[in-house]
Amino acid sequence: MAENKDIILSVKDLEVKFKVRDRVLTAIRNISMDFEKGQVVAIVGESGSGKSVFTKTFTGMLDSNGKVTNGEIWFEGQNLCEIKKESDWEKIRGRKIATVFQDPMTSLNPVRTIGYQISEVIIKHQGKSKEEAKKEAISLMERVGIYNAAQRYDEYPFMYSGGMRQRIVIAIALACRPEILICDEPTTALDVTIQAQIIHLIKDLAKEYGFTTIYITHDLGVVANVADRVAVMYAGQIIEYGLVEEIFYDPKHPYTWGLLSSLPQLGEKGNELFAIRGTPPSLFEKVIGDAFAPRSDYAMQIDFEEEPPFFEVSPTHFAKTWLLDPRAPKVEAPATIRNLHDKMVRLTAKGGIYGEH
Amino acid sequence: MVSTNNEKEVLLSVKHLEVTFYNKKRRFRAVKNANFDIYKGETFALVGESGSGKTTIGRSIIRLNHTSDGDILYKGKKINGKLSKEDEKEVVRNIQMIFQDPAASLNERATIDYCVSEGLYNFHLYESEEDRLQKVDQALESVGLLPEHKSRYPHEFSGGQRQRIGIARAMVMEPELIIADEPISALDVSIRAQVLNLMNKFKEERGLTYLFIAHDLSVVRYFSDRIAVIHKGRIVELAPTEELFAFPLHPYTLSLLQAVPMPDPRIEKSKELVIYDESKRDLSGEKPILQEIRPGHFVFANDREMKEYREKLQEMIEFKKEHPNA
Repeated sequence: MAENKDIILSVKDLEVKFKVRDRVLTAIRNISMDFEKGQVVAIVGESGSGKSVFTKTFTGMLDSNGKVTNGEIWFEGQNLCEIKKESDWEKIRGRKIATVFQDPMTSLNPVRTIGYQISEVIIKHQGKSKEEAKKEAISLMERVGIYNAAQRYDEYPFMYSGGMRQRIVIAIALACRPEILICDEPTTALDVTIQAQIIHLIKDLAKEYGFTTIYITHDLGVVANVADRVAVMYAGQIIEYGLVEEIFYDPKHPYTWGLLSSLPQLGEKGNELFAIRGTPPSLFEKVIGDAFAPRSDYAMQIDFEEEPPFFEVSPTHFAKTWLLDPRAPKVEAPATIRNLHDKMVRLTAKGGIYGEH
Repeated sequence: MVSTNNEKEVLLSVKHLEVTFYNKKRRFRAVKNANFDIYKGETFALVGESGSGKTTIGRSIIRLNHTSDGDILYKGKKINGKLSKEDEKEVVRNIQMIFQDPAASLNERATIDYCVSEGLYNFHLYESEEDRLQKVDQALESVGLLPEHKSRYPHEFSGGQRQRIGIARAMVMEPELIIADEPISALDVSIRAQVLNLMNKFKEERGLTYLFIAHDLSVVRYFSDRIAVIHKGRIVELAPTEELFAFPLHPYTLSLLQAVPMPDPRIEKSKELVIYDESKRDLSGEKPILQEIRPGHFVFANDREMKEYREKLQEMIEFKKEHPNA
């Protein structure tokens, strides 16, 4: 999809199926995508769109009823889909590709001290002695913003606040110097002010350690903040992919239009908010045509018959909608989301920024 | 607090409210001297982070939390503390709550029919079985569900539908005030809009009043008429919605506004992180109180801070004049 730059991870025709009570659910339907080294790629989508499942295939963490049924995932010359043994996954998972999950309490062991949990990883992956590991753990704790790290080394997770626990999870993820950091809704359970700090921290660390970030979220505000590139997912597919500015200021897929239009920030008092009607399709059935067509105001006959290919909007921007076919009638994005930037600027106090006055 | 608009009828008035929790010998003041009025027909938002006391205020109003000091007046009548059975019933019927997690707030083992009727049963608000069924059908219909959904169970519905059942359950009681505690936080973006539209519809059609409790300022802006920002149990700023967004004064309000990510990459990428640290503020001078700085705009400050805020306000007003589009 992207030009031949430094590709760190390349996904080709990926398909994932789950067996649920004798029925088969196709969670990922033929995704091909390249991740460029050093970039922050945000994957946006609603719950059930498959964004978490997609990234779980990179670390072999699919639930036991799920399976990659087709496709390849290339990472460092190796096709991850061919890995069978758990011990081979352990060479990748955590060590090369680490994940930070939404709920820090479930990622941490409640009966071990914070320090133990960080040192354990350093000892295992970097082969350091206990003393060296402790030293490095403390410096990592300091790096992720824990004050009095040396004193807090021996404390337990319950003694930390939610934001601090997430900082620890990040520290553990960084302890093995991963190439790729997957952040799966890392701030959804946190307060907004803490969220801002954690996002800031992840961005800083990405620069410092040089890892590639894959950021999963449903919050378009967070996307605008963190992402270099954005992939929009719907019903197990990526339906639009582009630079962050292309997705926000020049979106092409009706689903992306719908997502942006329903932002409460764009609502005008007294008028109804735009709401996407209906619900996503059931992935137990075979999806024919454009999965979004039944909910779209812009659906054409062909959308119900044939799946659209990716059309190139710019060398970095692709969208999977028949609207971009030269034969389709010219349709403009809905008025609500045109001039998005001007509208947002008008919503903030001083030219877009609430700083110190 | 002096109401600036005398034509408006005050529905609920919170005066010097204190809520204190005790854990063995430790005392925790969850709400400190909260004062505000909610007018009939408006949406009043309480915004703050977790632990700020916003939910505690909401729960005190529906008598789920004990108050340790102060008054909550509903139509001029005190509703906190000891009440007669009759009065308590009246309060509970008139003030309904919508909760954050639609999965947790519905009884999993009860049909939708029962979930929605529970309040009707408790208060015998129906004349006959027919009357009850009709009320339930109407309530379900008003939130966009069908009468045949009555016999189903909560787990058969999606999150958005469950939240609508939660709303139907509140609406069937024909309340005057609804306390909506983060009603859309657990929902997906596209479903949020549906639920907000529904709540707005009830406000217009039935003249409902909302106390909207939220942590997300962006939602609050579209939905509410006035906003109170609460930090560590203390209301630090209270203003009409647009006034608050145009002229935020208290540093905590600012850091909250700054922290909410805007769906706009150019704004977000140029944004600086502002961390509100109370210990780094100059807290000299006498004790601050909530003071009116512009009509309807209150800020928690002492005289020294008021002077600073006035200067800032003037600066911002002039900036607005020079940059009408910014």
